[in-house]
Amino acid sequence: MGLDVHHISFRYGARTALDDVSFSLAEGRLNALLGPNGAGKSTLYALLTQLFRLQSGEIRLDGHSIRGPSRVLKQQLGVVFQQSTLDLDLSVMQNLEYHGALHGLSRRQVRQEAGSLLERLGLGDRHRDSIRSLNGGHRRRVEIARALLHRPSILLLDEATVGLDTAARQAINRHVRELCREQSLTVLWATHLIEEIAPDDPVLVLHQGRLQADTTAERLCRQQQVPTLGAAFEQLTGLRAPTPCS
Amino acid sequence: MQLNAYLIALKGILTREFLRFVQQRTRFFSALVRPLLWLVVFAAGFRAALGVSIIPPYQTYITYETYILPGLCCMILLFNGMQSSLSMVYDREMGSMKVLLMSPLPRSWLLLCKLIAIALLSLAQVYAFIGLGFLVDVEPPLIGLLTVLPALLLTAVMLGAIGLFLSARIRQLENFAGVMNFVIFPMFFLSSALYPLWKMRESSEWLYWVCSFNPFTHAVELVRFALYAELNLTALLVTGGTALVFTALALLGFNPEQTAGGKRR
Repeated sequence: MGLDVHHISFRYGARTALDDVSFSLAEGRLNALLGPNGAGKSTLYALLTQLFRLQSGEIRLDGHSIRGPSRVLKQQLGVVFQQSTLDLDLSVMQNLEYHGALHGLSRRQVRQEAGSLLERLGLGDRHRDSIRSLNGGHRRRVEIARALLHRPSILLLDEATVGLDTAARQAINRHVRELCREQSLTVLWATHLIEEIAPDDPVLVLHQGRLQADTTAERLCRQQQVPTLGAAFEQLTGLRAPTPCS
Repeated sequence: MQLNAYLIALKGILTREFLRFVQQRTRFFSALVRPLLWLVVFAAGFRAALGVSIIPPYQTYITYETYILPGLCCMILLFNGMQSSLSMVYDREMGSMKVLLMSPLPRSWLLLCKLIAIALLSLAQVYAFIGLGFLVDVEPPLIGLLTVLPALLLTAVMLGAIGLFLSARIRQLENFAGVMNFVIFPMFFLSSALYPLWKMRESSEWLYWVCSFNPFTHAVELVRFALYAELNLTALLVTGGTALVFTALALLGFNPEQTAGGKRR
């Protein structure tokens, strides 16, 4: 299912957070959204998830313009927010059941779906565990399982690997790529970590609210005549690409 | 979206609130300790100073403890209603509100489900408190335990709606102290929960009028009459009307942008 963003602008009072941003997500691919802190990534996510109202521009889902609260858009979106949104007092399965209920899935449907999702994410034996007892990497995996529970066609991840060690980051990145390949899931992966992006990934570079590039990683390097994506990022933003902290 | 999806969401929200409540057992006990202290300690000291004459719905002279029982039931509902506003602000700050708002169901339905969940959990605490009242010889008629149920439910919805309405106006958890000082205490003390209004009128005419316009006074009277299987129509209309107005205000005033980082504050 295609998601297009057309001429979106957004202001917080006098400050412009997004300025005439347009792009289309490549279907069945991991689309990387690269930008430093304050680039407008979270604002863009808040608009795509309809937590913010559009001030100007439009979002199109499969060519249909989405105006106002849209049930269809929310049914098609799975979201992992930057800040963890799991309920720490509940178990893994209880968190999934709550999310499922909000999407109209019965407990039985959730359990059927959750079993295989957790298994794939390496959490098959942890469904009864309290979220508090899980480490950061496992919590993120639960959030991904939860985002996929209602079988969305588009997955939005807002800096989902922040604060995780290298192994956990790589595992999550690998798993999301598998989902793209096997289930034709369209992913928008916001990050400021260059190493998470593969050369043929579609890349959007956002800086100071403006879209600076909409191409693939390798093409961007060619366009900027630099050997690495980090160097291209530096040229576009004037900032050094952050190195991952593990 | 099918009707079934709405009911599944309601069940899911009720279950989640119940599970969270069970996890936080201290909240349950502290909710009971507060009114119990009033019933056992405060009332013991006050009963000598405050005579309660025969006023409807009572048919005879009653003890002060009997008089304040409905007020203390409403106190539990009041604190729970306001606690719900705290929990909404907490959910907003912790991010879990986003999970709710990502549901394809209408936000008004989701918030209504939350309100119903808050009300039902409050009822469980009120009945536990009434049960403890029997242990200290405060015994309302048994039929009253049944007839008071709709009155308690309506009061819980009214106070939950006020809590929900306030939660949209509380920017941070730290501001909750303001709710205590400016909402809970004035609502409770400027009502007929602890003393009949005629007693208040003896001391101050204007205070009497303030109390008369306090919706919490009417909620207490609704519960008081219902506990004796009687209907106070004025109290029912005021409590029902206030519940409707604040539910509408809470639903209309809810701003999802606050949950998404609140940079616009």
